Amino acid sequence: MYGRKVKLRFLFVLLVLITLILTVYLILKSLEENVVYFQSPSEIKILPKIEEKKIRVGGMVKKNSIFLESKEIKFIITDYKNEINVVYSGVVPNLFAEEKGVVAEGHLKDRNYFIATKILAKHDENYMPPEVKAALEEK
Amino acid sequence: MASLFGFYSLVLGFCFSFLIIFLSVKNFRNINIFDNKLISFTFLQFFFVVLSFLGLILSFVNSDFSNETVYNHSHTSKPIFYKITGTWGNHEGSLLLWLLVLTLFVFLFLLESKEQKKKYRILTLLFQQIIIIGFFIFSIKTSNPFNYIFPIPNEGLGLNPILQDPALAIHPPILYLGYVGSSIIFSSSLAATSLNYISRDWAKHIKKWILVSWIFLSLGILLGSVWAYYELGWGGFWFWDPVENVSLMPWLALTTLLHCILVLEKRLVLTSWVVILSISTFTLSMCGTFLVRSGILNSVHTFANDPERGLFILIFLFCLIFLSLFIFFFFHKVEKKKYFFWLSKESSILINNWFMMYFLTVVLIGTIYPIFLEVLSSEKISVGPPFYNKLIFPLLIPFLFAMAIGPKLKWIKSDLQNKLYLIFFFVISFLISAIIVKSFNTNFLIYSILLTSAFYLFFISIRDFFSIKFKNFAQVIAHFGFSLFILSILFNNIFSTEIITNLKIGETYETEKFKINFEKINQKDGKNFKAIIGKFNIENLDGNIDIFNPELRIYNQPNIVTTEADIKTNLLTDKFMTMNLVQNQEYFNIRYQIKPFMVWIWFSVLLISLGGLVSLYQKKNEK
Repeated sequence: MYGRKVKLRFLFVLLVLITLILTVYLILKSLEENVVYFQSPSEIKILPKIEEKKIRVGGMVKKNSIFLESKEIKFIITDYKNEINVVYSGVVPNLFAEEKGVVAEGHLKDRNYFIATKILAKHDENYMPPEVKAALEEK
Repeated sequence: MASLFGFYSLVLGFCFSFLIIFLSVKNFRNINIFDNKLISFTFLQFFFVVLSFLGLILSFVNSDFSNETVYNHSHTSKPIFYKITGTWGNHEGSLLLWLLVLTLFVFLFLLESKEQKKKYRILTLLFQQIIIIGFFIFSIKTSNPFNYIFPIPNEGLGLNPILQDPALAIHPPILYLGYVGSSIIFSSSLAATSLNYISRDWAKHIKKWILVSWIFLSLGILLGSVWAYYELGWGGFWFWDPVENVSLMPWLALTTLLHCILVLEKRLVLTSWVVILSISTFTLSMCGTFLVRSGILNSVHTFANDPERGLFILIFLFCLIFLSLFIFFFFHKVEKKKYFFWLSKESSILINNWFMMYFLTVVLIGTIYPIFLEVLSSEKISVGPPFYNKLIFPLLIPFLFAMAIGPKLKWIKSDLQNKLYLIFFFVISFLISAIIVKSFNTNFLIYSILLTSAFYLFFISIRDFFSIKFKNFAQVIAHFGFSLFILSILFNNIFSTEIITNLKIGETYETEKFKINFEKINQKDGKNFKAIIGKFNIENLDGNIDIFNPELRIYNQPNIVTTEADIKTNLLTDKFMTMNLVQNQEYFNIRYQIKPFMVWIWFSVLLISLGGLVSLYQKKNEK
């Protein structure tokens, strides 16, 4: 029917297509699993349900709310409308201070309680994560 | 004064662009010999940009605060070294550095291409001038480094202290030599396409430019990574942060191009692919600049930015892409079909390209997907390291095996001789990995397979290095470096220990393996900072005591606190300690890490770059 060359070329194109589809599928799938959403305390308050998923919470560290113990650090993130309690054991970045912007990564225990696994560092004292800025401007 | 002088030099350099374009168009049409005046003019343009750059450096050294850039990024109390390096530690100055490298490369190109055809040289110069003009306008219009402010402030705002560091001081120039160096590859491949001059000669001639950019880009990334390791105090060297990714993407494209150009040089196939890669390397570099400078990236590295600048680069980027696609589709002639057997050097390099493109796609999607999602649905997300690890690590396995076997194949058609030793090394690698993984209880299947493939490449390259038949040292060194790189990363991942705790002065923290005793803190004054230095004794199981002195520096201008990690490095492990203070608290936040094989990670990247250097040297001797 068809020559050997045509068959070979067809096979090649098929192979390329399959790899492409597989690649795109793999990437998208793993994106879906590993994406971290950003939320403000106000957005968390109105969440339909609490999931065991990694999220980021951003806002300002409330005044007089930081409390250090030997194992963990507790503080409150606020967007001046709502607030959330954060418990964290790990390294704090240099610019972590009260009344400064902060982004914490971790998961929710309930609507008022967040267990952080990472606090993100920033390089610039005037710099505020765009997410925090937007969240604060919304108020 | 120096600022004014710098600004006029910059404008003068800009005027030279038009002179060069006018002359080269005239030269292109009329005379058959290349007009050497063009070289002089290109040199003059470079010279004026250098003058302008010197003007800016002088303003920084003299702390001339009538200059806005100096005011924003400098301070009289800053050490002289950081006054100078502060010149390119900011947006305006770094753009001037872009221009400097752009003009330098085109000048060097003209000097180095004397044996090439006239038309090709002129066209390359023209395309490069288009890029140069774009950056001149960008620099003068949206980010002039010489803006005057009045009334003149008495004191500057100071340079961000984490940038006051020797590694980061030379990181931008080195990285830019690689980043911007790819512009000459871009211009030259466009010129060669429009003249239908993509040939083996062209490949031979452009290869050294690819090598040079590649070496500098590798070293630049290495420097940034080393800096992040000891300055940011996270104890890691790569965070899959968008700003890091945008430097990795051109590197991946450039590495692919480096392999591809070999095929073109020997066999004159894959021409379209080479052109596409040349275009995309520079486009990715530009994209990187756009993403970093526009501030749309949500990165921990982001500094304050200006959206107008982003828009300008974006428009300019689209123009360049449009221009190159136009040239590619209208001028590019597809080469005659040449066949090669599935087991041959060509196909092994093609396999390399497939993998590289896959890695590039993963990094690209991970970097820009959050931006698109935010534009489309205003949902804010970030993509973390697990995404990259999951998609890249498994694919490294076949990649490493291909890297070991590929270079042994011959052109056109090949078969594997001496299969015996290939299998022999495989068994050895597998046994070693199995022992390592088993004895340290890291029950990850993927680790043992990854280790096997990395060890395989490791042994095969060592054998090749000493075998008499094999002469391609550049390739062996680079591939060996890569296997060492992967091995060090794996060991680093498997054997790292980390302790994070909060301690008061005088307290002791105990684990099974060591005791951390927080003895006291001292105070010390630096030139532009005050330091709190902690003293820690760490008693190991065998009774040895290490003393660590991590620092907290409180800079006065700008008022920023930084941590200085105390790192004890030896050949096998790094011990890494940072200390942090949270306001009004008695407790100090302590992090202690034992990280094996860190030095080997740096060393292996140096080896990889050395491979490029050897290749460059061999090329020189061929002539």
